[in-house]
Amino acid sequence: MSDGTATEQPLHRSLGLTDDEYQRIQDILGRVPNHAELAMYSVMWSEHCSYKSSRAHLKDLPSEGPHVLIGPGEGAGVIEVDGVAVAMRIESHNHPSFVEPVQGAATGIGGVVRDVVSMGARPIALLDSLRFGPLPGDTGADQTAERNRWLTGGVVSGISFYGNCIGVPTVGGEVKFERSYSGNPLVNVMCIGVAPVDGIMLARAPGPGNAVLLLGSTTGRDGIGGVSVLASASFDEEASTKRPSVQVGDPFTEKLLIEGSLSLIEKDLVVGIQDLGGAGLCCATSESAAKAGTGMAIDLDKVPLRETGMEPFEILTSESQERMLVVVEPPKVQAALDECDRLGLRASVIGEVTDTGRLVCTKGGEVVADVPAASLGDGPLYHRPYSPPTASRDLTTEAPGPDTPPEEALKTLVASANLTSKRWVWEQYDYQVQLNTVAGPGPDAAILRLPGTQTRIAVTVDGNGRYGQVDPREGARHSVAEAYRNLCTMGAEPVAVTNCMNFGNPEIPEVMWQFVEAVQGMGEACRVLETPITGGNVSFYNQTLDEAIYPTPIIGMLGIVKAGTVAPPIGFRNEEDVVVLLGRTRDELGASEYQRTILGKLEGPLPQLDLNAEATLGWLLRELIGRGLLTSAHDCSEGGVGVALAEMVALGRFGAEIKPEVGHDLVPWLFSETTARVVVAVAPGDLSELRDLAKGIGTPITELGMVTGRLLSIRGMPDIRALTLKEAYEQGFPRLMG
Amino acid sequence: MRPTVGVVVFPGSNCDRDANYSFEYLGAGTRFLWHTETDLSGIDVIVLPGGFAYGDYLRTGAMAAYSPVMDSVREFAAAGKPVIGICNGFQVLCEAGLLPGALRRNAGLRFRCMPVRLRVETLDSPFTSGGMWPGQVLTIPIAHFDGSYYADDETLEELLAERRIAFRYCDQRGELTPESNPNGSRLHIAGILNAERNVLGMMPHPERAVDPAVGGTDGRLLLASVLYSLQPAET
Repeated sequence: MSDGTATEQPLHRSLGLTDDEYQRIQDILGRVPNHAELAMYSVMWSEHCSYKSSRAHLKDLPSEGPHVLIGPGEGAGVIEVDGVAVAMRIESHNHPSFVEPVQGAATGIGGVVRDVVSMGARPIALLDSLRFGPLPGDTGADQTAERNRWLTGGVVSGISFYGNCIGVPTVGGEVKFERSYSGNPLVNVMCIGVAPVDGIMLARAPGPGNAVLLLGSTTGRDGIGGVSVLASASFDEEASTKRPSVQVGDPFTEKLLIEGSLSLIEKDLVVGIQDLGGAGLCCATSESAAKAGTGMAIDLDKVPLRETGMEPFEILTSESQERMLVVVEPPKVQAALDECDRLGLRASVIGEVTDTGRLVCTKGGEVVADVPAASLGDGPLYHRPYSPPTASRDLTTEAPGPDTPPEEALKTLVASANLTSKRWVWEQYDYQVQLNTVAGPGPDAAILRLPGTQTRIAVTVDGNGRYGQVDPREGARHSVAEAYRNLCTMGAEPVAVTNCMNFGNPEIPEVMWQFVEAVQGMGEACRVLETPITGGNVSFYNQTLDEAIYPTPIIGMLGIVKAGTVAPPIGFRNEEDVVVLLGRTRDELGASEYQRTILGKLEGPLPQLDLNAEATLGWLLRELIGRGLLTSAHDCSEGGVGVALAEMVALGRFGAEIKPEVGHDLVPWLFSETTARVVVAVAPGDLSELRDLAKGIGTPITELGMVTGRLLSIRGMPDIRALTLKEAYEQGFPRLMG
Repeated sequence: MRPTVGVVVFPGSNCDRDANYSFEYLGAGTRFLWHTETDLSGIDVIVLPGGFAYGDYLRTGAMAAYSPVMDSVREFAAAGKPVIGICNGFQVLCEAGLLPGALRRNAGLRFRCMPVRLRVETLDSPFTSGGMWPGQVLTIPIAHFDGSYYADDETLEELLAERRIAFRYCDQRGELTPESNPNGSRLHIAGILNAERNVLGMMPHPERAVDPAVGGTDGRLLLASVLYSLQPAET
């Protein structure tokens, strides 16, 4: 193809299968596959569905812990919290969102919500982790800036349009901007759901003779080959021609599907359930049969279609949204159909479970596909070569520069795309519906009531691609540590992790090396911090032409907040409270936000990371918050203590007088991203108790000053008015979005 | 007497459980009414909750206004019993002709979820008679894309003359500043009454401001007021 000649390549190659893979399919079938069968293998053996490049590296991740009910391998991970099953899952929808931001983001929500519903859990919260190229006016903005703004606005409105309509609150998330995402934005969505512990369902199709029902939308030609065409290949200049592979979301049908599925489960009418996502009907039927050790006979004529003349391969691999497969015992079929009818949800019997171990599809009375069900899910496994990069990319851009006075740097950072308030984003999300949102969006983590208990859960999503680019292993450890710190700052005890690994093309050894390093770093951090990984998603091929994104593992972490614990707000509340830094600053500006926005570069070394110090700090925070000693708290991460203090003033009622720790120049002290630090405020009378607790556990603390007045007054630089900071913090993002 | 609140559920409603929770929190009995139900016997208050009935396809509230339950709601209202439409429910009431005017796309062309301030404009209704004072400023959240109230000048004059504006968007001092109007509603209208004063439509969500754990308590005044209005007068 590269030489421009029109020679036709074999069908299997145009479907994304290698010659070896094609041979293996023939060995499995003992014959040449027909078109429909080939299409089925091509989607099921795609990177997106088969994890063929990543599987070998994921198996050693820690996945067990006292709270874990169901680990990796199901629709979602499930943990037990206070007698309630809590399901958690992250999915990426990066490529569809680049091609068509509104629908790409919307259908990303739909997919992860169905994952959670398919576990029998009612979705109670969404969080999003988003990455785009720089916005116009931001450091690093280039010719892609206008497009980045269009993508940002589109993705946010897609999340808003779909998430709000289905009545699941979007309670938190993060949005960041780096040049590496200009050619490939990231849209990762996390969903949390709850169910009774004995109500958890599995994607199994047991019991030969049981009926197979398809619920929800009709099946059309939208999204055919989405997992292979869109999700498992890099972009070139022709990305927009892939638009037909993006599906269109119908949140109303999704809402009916949520209520219908949960109602069928509650009424004990189904014995197995699986959502239709990537690879559509082909995946849902083969996986659920294979996992139960059964087979399935599907009559494609019974599948309600959106258009006429659809070929068997199209029906089998269509990724039309808002569909669910359920398995029902014959005596209950009528009751299940009646319940769906009552709710206005389409439902059709499309086949039955068999004992043959084969997935047999017929159309017009003829067999159009007949393959061993398990073989579709048993895709190739690759040990791709990996090696560290030899040359580093030049990542410098124009920026204000090192002569910027510290107070100007602080104001610039507070208004910068990465650090400024994202109110403009989250006010477009219904974050309250279902009445569980105790905190968020805005704070370090969201806190939700856990329905039916007095316990609360805290949730956050975090990732740092800049750190990953400098050192993927350390970067992944940092992301876990930051998520952990965010939860602890809200008084929570972190107990479980889910993740989404966003990387470039794994066929490039340097990218594969980044992935392998990041997986190991994440595993190590989760082991030390005792936050087992309940599942995850791998998104490769995040690259356009030669440029891969920064290695970006996104960590979704969940913590438990004991009944009666009240998380302190970020803003300063009481005049004369003492401002204390928990932890100790080192001069560590490597890969920092200061470096990004003020210096316009990216270089290491990364801040040191002592996971034991994070665990100790976490214990101290829970103890302090549990005793009600903290009047404000905010973790120091991106932007350092300077930005943390500025936000505490901007979001609070008072300013503060601050004296930096001794032994530092002002700029590194303000903007160093040293880990294991949190800024807190306490009433003067509680200071000695705080000091005793910190001393007892061995966390260093420094008294920084006092909450007072209407200025942020830091010794060594001119004062900044609280109103100026508030304006910079609140107006920064609306200004960038125009 | 323990009143029973009927919470109508259309396909696509999503604040039905929240309305249910909040009325139960205040001690009322509740019953979900699927949109095909027509028997409202035993119901003392009807709530049309927020959400996206029928996906808000065609126009917000347009299809829901023709659901079977709405004929019964009309009879219920005609009998003088209290009906509250919240958010999408307000849109349904306008489409069903139970309230005048319409809700248009927000002036900023974006969905907005945030706490807003509302000024109590009249005490002469079952929803505002118990425990509020005129001019009182309540803090209650909004969450909508299509909440900009519109009616023609004649209708607005009628609403003013008959004191049928129940709540207006205002600032914390009760002033009708331009910044305090979150969606461009005419006359800052957040909620209105029908001529008989027993049907209220409002865009803000009082049911989200009942339990202090999740969103303040000012919505209690409104929900408790309507429950209180059902009690027989003491003699």
